[in-house]
Amino acid sequence: MKAKDIAELLDEPACSHNKKEKSGCAKPKPGSTAGGCAFDGAQIALLPIADVAHIVHGPIACAGSSWDNRGTRSSGADLYRIGMTTDLTEQDVVMGRAEKRLFHSIKQAIEDYQPPAVFVYNTCVPALIGDDVDAVCRASEERWGVPVVPVDAAGFYGTKNLGNRIAGEAMVKYVIGSREPDPLPAGTEREGIRVHDVNLIGEYNIAGEFWHVLPLLDELGIRVLCTLSGDARFREVQTMHRAEVNMMVCSKAMLNVARKMEENYGIPWFEGSFYGITDTSQALRDFARLIGDDDLSRRTETLIQREEQRVRAALEPWRERLNGKRVLLYTGGVKSWSVISALQDLGMKVVATGTKKSTEEDKARIRELMGDDVKMLDEGNPKVLLQTVADYKADILIAGGRNMYTALKAKIPFLDINQEREFGYAGYEGMLELVRQLTLTLESPVWDAVRRPAPWVETAGELLTVNG
Amino acid sequence: MPEIIKRKKPLSVSPLKTSQTVGGALAFLGIARSMPLMHGSQGCTAFAKVFFVRHFREPVPLQTTAMDQVSSVMGADGNIVEALKTICEKSNPSLIGLVTTGLAETQGADIKRATWEFREKFPEYDKTAVVAVNTPDFSGSFESGFALAVKGIIDTLVPDDKSRKGLRQRQVNVLCGANLTPGDLEFVAESIESFGLRPLMIPDLSGSLDGHLDESPFNPLTAGGTSVDDVATACESIATLAVGESLFSSAELLRKNCDIPVFRFGHLMGLDEVDDWFSTLANLSDNPVPERWRRQRKQLQDAMLDTHFMLGQSRIAIAADPDMLSGFHRLLTGMGAETVAAVVPAKGIALESLDVEQVHIGDLEDLEKVAREKGAQLVLGNSHAVASAQRLGVPILRIGFPQYDLVGGFQRCWFGYRGTSQALFDLANLVMAHHQETQPYHSIYAQKQDSPQYIENRQQQWRH
Repeated sequence: MKAKDIAELLDEPACSHNKKEKSGCAKPKPGSTAGGCAFDGAQIALLPIADVAHIVHGPIACAGSSWDNRGTRSSGADLYRIGMTTDLTEQDVVMGRAEKRLFHSIKQAIEDYQPPAVFVYNTCVPALIGDDVDAVCRASEERWGVPVVPVDAAGFYGTKNLGNRIAGEAMVKYVIGSREPDPLPAGTEREGIRVHDVNLIGEYNIAGEFWHVLPLLDELGIRVLCTLSGDARFREVQTMHRAEVNMMVCSKAMLNVARKMEENYGIPWFEGSFYGITDTSQALRDFARLIGDDDLSRRTETLIQREEQRVRAALEPWRERLNGKRVLLYTGGVKSWSVISALQDLGMKVVATGTKKSTEEDKARIRELMGDDVKMLDEGNPKVLLQTVADYKADILIAGGRNMYTALKAKIPFLDINQEREFGYAGYEGMLELVRQLTLTLESPVWDAVRRPAPWVETAGELLTVNG
Repeated sequence: MPEIIKRKKPLSVSPLKTSQTVGGALAFLGIARSMPLMHGSQGCTAFAKVFFVRHFREPVPLQTTAMDQVSSVMGADGNIVEALKTICEKSNPSLIGLVTTGLAETQGADIKRATWEFREKFPEYDKTAVVAVNTPDFSGSFESGFALAVKGIIDTLVPDDKSRKGLRQRQVNVLCGANLTPGDLEFVAESIESFGLRPLMIPDLSGSLDGHLDESPFNPLTAGGTSVDDVATACESIATLAVGESLFSSAELLRKNCDIPVFRFGHLMGLDEVDDWFSTLANLSDNPVPERWRRQRKQLQDAMLDTHFMLGQSRIAIAADPDMLSGFHRLLTGMGAETVAAVVPAKGIALESLDVEQVHIGDLEDLEKVAREKGAQLVLGNSHAVASAQRLGVPILRIGFPQYDLVGGFQRCWFGYRGTSQALFDLANLVMAHHQETQPYHSIYAQKQDSPQYIENRQQQWRH
């Protein structure tokens, strides 16, 4: 990828980071950097497309430590769980045989697994030796008649965030708009219900959590053409251009997709989240509002009322146990406010939140939700997190998996909310899972046990003095 | 020597290989107050970190030189110097283990020169040792990367001094391979100590990654392991014990530089290997084998008798790095089982003495193919191989890296008489649980009235 193209991707007019210093896209500092690379980001964004053969073009490290590693779930096809890589050897690199190996690899994947499409992720080494991955993809596509999509996402191009955008860009450029949606399946018509088509962008169906939401959309007559990319199929991505509305779920990462689809196809979009009762209801309302169907709005309100009533009743016994518990929430970006709303629904108090990846807009929303006295953490190294837990008397740390052991080693209850987690928290139903997981760790008897010193600790001290 | 079947297909599917870089970094995690540093893009480190954290369920210190687009093209040796300085400034480690990635090696990084430049520029950080090792991921695998790092540690930290050999009369050097668990390493150390000897483990993951709860809530460096100062005394030991074929050449280096005799072992599993281990310790220490080991030996013999019914003639498929594959193969052969599929991610010297017909250098797709052809009954492999075993419809015993779907797998002790007994029990149980019973035969003359055919006939009559 040319420097010009990278600069263009970094400049995202719809992103509020753009207005000030590009903190999300800053140059990494040697010896003091955490977080994934552009390839990581691209893979996170697209790997959930379940029926595609995902080929990682590079030496083993890129795929070897990362394949079949995500919490994303598929309702059927599972080719995405099979790791594929050209696993380049020294010979390939030195003798320039990598392109040839890639070409034959694509053939092997198509012959052995008959995927509807192949995605090829370019990585650092082939990018450095100048493999023309685009050309190899084009040639393979012509030769074997299966779409082969290059995703040029070498790690050294930049951060995970950039990788998300590269992935989105590849979908806009090569996939979206290449097929018309299927007609509605026979037998799905319902009296008085007009079906509307939508997309979700940035929803990854972690632990299958989107399946808590999808039945509600079905009920309302909202057809999800495609979720980019949780539980998606290639043929769904192809039809995204026919949606009436796009929802950006919980992430600014693929904002470029929403913006470009607005430019190219005039599809309006909104940002929303399915975490918490309030936000789930809001997202459903936003769909109805942007679609502009009064009947849909009416039915949406009825559904919201029913669901909220049901879930609030189910949550009642748990609320007492969680009420007033103090939370340190450390997540990136949008999740910082979307999860706050879920926790507040439970009567919990968020005493501090991470805002490293949040925009000014996100921060304004956090203030709106929590008042001015909330502590915002721009820096989230383990030391700072632990200090904040102590200073603000937090009962629990809610953060991504990478901070799990920061909490556990400090004997602090922890809840994982990032993509590797095993439990789904989205939608009304997800709230019940969330309270279960929260109480499970908060009320666990192990905390006492691990904080208690060994019975002989004091006597050992005395013995030492006695014996001199 | 088996026939070695090289990779023929262009695409690797369901990879078995973990990169050399990751293996190299792991070795440095067994040194106290250390920080492994990967010279590559930040993703190399992020992936490795997630890989380790999911396996060990521990926080893992790991840093990156963070090569970006400009430095990848224009030269990134400056990144090394900057990263070394930053880490020293922030955490003041005893050791930084610098390992290279494919990106850095393709670019042509000169890590020795960059380290030298760091030394010249920042003499105030002289107390921090730096070990630089070339471990590109386009050759070798996890095991060879680990071995290269051990060699680098010896080469850099142990003085070439033949005169001090044996000054520490009870100290033995122990070089342990990549696939030893913290539990295995504890066995190694305890067994040596039981003979009145002092083990100097290079490196020692059982101090840092055994999963223990410390007093201090947070530590940016490794929370245990062998100290740099101790490593330097390796030239004063009476012997070097190398556990795992991949470490033999590092042991050889100690012999060459410090004139210390070398004793070689494979995976310490199975009666013969463990007998050999204890005999060597008895000879070195001039002490008899302690009673508890004798007792455990008898227990193992009994376990072998109990399990030979299940394991005898069983057909096993193994996917692992060469040392580990050899260890399990020898154990199972000793029980009368047959290794019908053997797949390694890359070559290793352990293969040279392996008595199987064929070894494939390949991936888990290859394992599946051969295992299916040969009718394997049991798979031995990492967590990725679970899906392969499911497709084959056979049970799996998880061994090696990574084990992300099994709590505690990272610390299991396989070594010694007791570890071997437990391994045999587990293997036998898996075979037994999947034992194919003889299909019942229903005689056409039977009066039993409960054969499926009889029941179906009766149901049909009811329906009419």
